[in-house]
Amino acid sequence: MKSVTEFKTIMTGNDAVAYGAKLARVKFISAYPITPQTTIVEKLASMIANDELDAKYVEVESEHSALAAVFASELTGVRSYTATSSHGLLYMHEMLHWVSGQRLPIVMSVVNRAIGPPWNIWADQSDTINQRDTGWMQVYSESNQEAMDTIIMGYKIAENSEVMLPLMSMEDAFILSHTSEPVTLRDQDLINDYLPDLDLKFRIDIGNPMGYGSYDTPDGTFMELKKDMVDSMNKAVRVIKDETEKFNQMFDTNYGGLVERYRMDDADYALIAMGTVASTARFVVDKLREKGLNIGLIRIRYFRPFPYDDILEDLKNIKAAGVIDRSVSFGYAGATYSEIVSALYGKINIPVSSFIVGIGGRDVRVEDIEKIADTVRNESSGVYWINVKKVI
Amino acid sequence: MVLVPVSTVSTRNHPTDSWRIQRPTIQYDKCIRCMICWKYCPDNAIEIENGDESAPNERIAKMEYPVINYSFCKGCGICANECPEKCIDMEFEVIE
Repeated sequence: MKSVTEFKTIMTGNDAVAYGAKLARVKFISAYPITPQTTIVEKLASMIANDELDAKYVEVESEHSALAAVFASELTGVRSYTATSSHGLLYMHEMLHWVSGQRLPIVMSVVNRAIGPPWNIWADQSDTINQRDTGWMQVYSESNQEAMDTIIMGYKIAENSEVMLPLMSMEDAFILSHTSEPVTLRDQDLINDYLPDLDLKFRIDIGNPMGYGSYDTPDGTFMELKKDMVDSMNKAVRVIKDETEKFNQMFDTNYGGLVERYRMDDADYALIAMGTVASTARFVVDKLREKGLNIGLIRIRYFRPFPYDDILEDLKNIKAAGVIDRSVSFGYAGATYSEIVSALYGKINIPVSSFIVGIGGRDVRVEDIEKIADTVRNESSGVYWINVKKVI
Repeated sequence: MVLVPVSTVSTRNHPTDSWRIQRPTIQYDKCIRCMICWKYCPDNAIEIENGDESAPNERIAKMEYPVINYSFCKGCGICANECPEKCIDMEFEVIE
């Protein structure tokens, strides 16, 4: 078995998360290929074939089965991994609840891709936003390095005895998944120090048979089990901050906890974005700062648990904010906007607008974000779709 | 620590007889002890007992015979459907 020492190279986001899974010493992988996730599991399959990774790979006939297989392996106390996208994630929907409800700390990569019809394989976060109520933690990465490191931190956070909830780690389709960037591979020995082996207290033991998720009644403990998941999701806020900080110290990185702030200290106006749109927004913030506008950026890393307290703290001296969503929530505004507004309600009363961008992979350009900043500066509040063509 | 849905209580302590709408009854004088009902029962609610006198003949009386455990039978009727001798009757439960 070849060990990896710290080594800077160039690789795609999908290769980076495959190396993240390898560094996390996953022992079981089951997945079904779907563009743009395919190259993650292809890479892992080739690592196993080349004896670079000591894991079992199980081919299945669907995403529902992939997560069911991973559910079963994790329940035997084996660190397990899978990856999917878009329609594959939607097909897993039932199993997402089984995994979180059984309190299995599985980490799954999701490459954010649009949901049809019509068929579309490009970047759009609607697929994972659809799954926000399934009891999984959700992280949205902005770079290939972050996507790799998040798999490792993800297992550490998910396996914390106060949390014990699964985590999905996102990359924007193609913008990260298929684009090469400099990535530093971590030293395996250091990762082993950071992330110990999984010790699942309630794993299947044939010498001591028990019933798993079997049957419960209205006056049993069903309601308490669900509330405990919510309590653990809240406790995860502290664990995420602590574990991210530990990782930062060990590997000389600079990840925010649940959010990452950019030029917010003296800002009058704030943009709030998630995923790779934040990179463009950061560029726009610099450009507008040069023109004398005091504007900053908050990049949301964790959508679940949602950083309500951080947002409240960050926006207390802000005149107006604009929330940029790369997802559709039919019937109202952007999903992040709804969360931000509920964080502020009754505490801070400032105009907040919702901006829907980049649906189905439509390019999100510098001029689009500049237009958003203009609207924010006018202290309006409303729901705006950006760069939409007149079709009818 | 977290609350995990793991049960150490046996399912034997959770009878499911109240789920049943129809009740299967084996006519032992016609039953040939083939045990197909026992094989097909999806809930393992058919158990095996040693020889019974109410058998159709002496040879069969020496054979093991199936007994329905009504604490766990949910009345699905698969046994009655599969029985090659058609000697399992399904009748509606009567609440007295």
